Amino acid sequence: MNTAEQLSPEQLDATRPQSAEMLRVQDLHAFYGESHILHGVDFDVKRGELVTLLGRNGSGRSTTLKSVMNMVGRRTGSIMVNGNETLNMKPHHIPRLGIGYCPEERGIFASLDVHENLLLPPTVRSDGMSLDEIYAMFPNLYERRKSQGTRLSGGEQQMLAMARILRTGARILLLDEITEGLAPVIVQKLAEVLMMLKERGMTIVLVEQNFRFAAPLADRHYVMEHGQIVEEITAAQLPSRREHLNSMLGV
Amino acid sequence: MTMIFGVPLAVFMGQITLGLVNGAFYALLSLGLAVIFGLLKIINFAHGAQYMLGAFAALLGLEYLGINYWLALLLVPLVVGAFGMVLERYLLRRIAHLDHLYGLLLTFGLALIFEGTLVNFFGVSGARYPTPEALQGGLNLGFMFLPTYRAWVLVAALVMCLFTWFMIERTRLGAYLRAGTENSQLMQAFGVNVPLLITLTYGFGVALAAFAGVLAAPLYPVSPTMGSSLLIVVFAVVVIGGMGSILGAIITGLAMGVIEGLTKVYYPEASNTVIFLVMILVLLLRPVGLFGKEA
Repeated sequence: MNTAEQLSPEQLDATRPQSAEMLRVQDLHAFYGESHILHGVDFDVKRGELVTLLGRNGSGRSTTLKSVMNMVGRRTGSIMVNGNETLNMKPHHIPRLGIGYCPEERGIFASLDVHENLLLPPTVRSDGMSLDEIYAMFPNLYERRKSQGTRLSGGEQQMLAMARILRTGARILLLDEITEGLAPVIVQKLAEVLMMLKERGMTIVLVEQNFRFAAPLADRHYVMEHGQIVEEITAAQLPSRREHLNSMLGV
Repeated sequence: MTMIFGVPLAVFMGQITLGLVNGAFYALLSLGLAVIFGLLKIINFAHGAQYMLGAFAALLGLEYLGINYWLALLLVPLVVGAFGMVLERYLLRRIAHLDHLYGLLLTFGLALIFEGTLVNFFGVSGARYPTPEALQGGLNLGFMFLPTYRAWVLVAALVMCLFTWFMIERTRLGAYLRAGTENSQLMQAFGVNVPLLITLTYGFGVALAAFAGVLAAPLYPVSPTMGSSLLIVVFAVVVIGGMGSILGAIITGLAMGVIEGLTKVYYPEASNTVIFLVMILVLLLRPVGLFGKEA
């Protein structure tokens, strides 16, 4: 039996309307047990855009990404992925709409070697990057492909966590704190990778603390506070709003 | 006559083989327990009963349906494994979100129900399953006489253990299983149908127990309680080996069988307790087990 069954042709067609909005979240509330974490989150991401979710720790940015993947408890509101309402979808059906998720803790599996980690997520579309392309982009991973996944350095693990979802053919990437705790040279490499992914037309939602990393890459920024979006700032508005933003983020 | 530490070689080798055969059952059963525990985090107390169901299914299949041993070896694990999947889907899944202690209690209750039902119909005395014709007799190895059926059990159990090791360590489905054991939520977020994976895994663990049951049928009396007495020892073997590794479960199972066999030669009084003594030693010196990974 195949635990990673593909969507039927009709379902695939349904994932391909010509809407420019790849992700649209409306009045999203999310709960972990009794605690109410998100209080009506509204935002949208257009095809090929790179959008950041900024905010202090505990403002609900990671929970927003997890809610899209149906990884939290109860959710209400609406989450449209490429024109499909996903609120009542089973968690394992959502990635097959073309979403790749990179968790904050990276989620590299210790019982799998690097190569197995890379091949683990089932492909969701046929046009993902090939192994050769991925190993060309991350030569370190090729050299260490026989190593246990968690023996890699933090930077290599982050590369692996990214590479893993690029192979699946996901067109929408949800990336949670990918630069956290990494050396500047690795952060620079990640910025290059994101630029390349943007050129390929990927739609990216970036949860970031490192604003200097995110600012030159992003088309728009959403600022979260207490489980809500409180501000939307476009790249063009950014220079004039910088001080205001800094005070909101507390940096 | 050749003597080893004051014991005739034939007796010594005889107990080693006997130990290896017992150890093969420990290995098969502890393997299934470890696989189930890895993904479901449930200690499957029904494992002994499922082993017993395997032996009973072979016996009843032969008596009422004329299913011979070889066919039973193939069919019984499939049937009992499918039954296990039904148990997982309709009972264990309902309590999967609760403390895992409830899973332990549920499987313990199921074991009691299976045993009690069969005791009600067949009594506790047990029946004999005839040794298949092709495996009757024995081989004279010169230094000892080796019953063919015991040799077969050893080979079949080892092949099944290695097959399981291969499935888990070298295939894509096995990679899903290993990854799901570590972080099943992330596996869902990658698009893997984890509930289905859990059902298949439980079914596979149960099928291993039923396979061991069919192997055991011609060797031991087939009785409703044959599993519960064995399971206690298997739990000790799992504790000694640790939950971390597949090969560890196999090696520990065989080794404990041999230690038990040798104790029968040199100090028979302790042969029923020696595995528990080893367990105590391991718990004192290396609580995660010989092959377990430090948390």
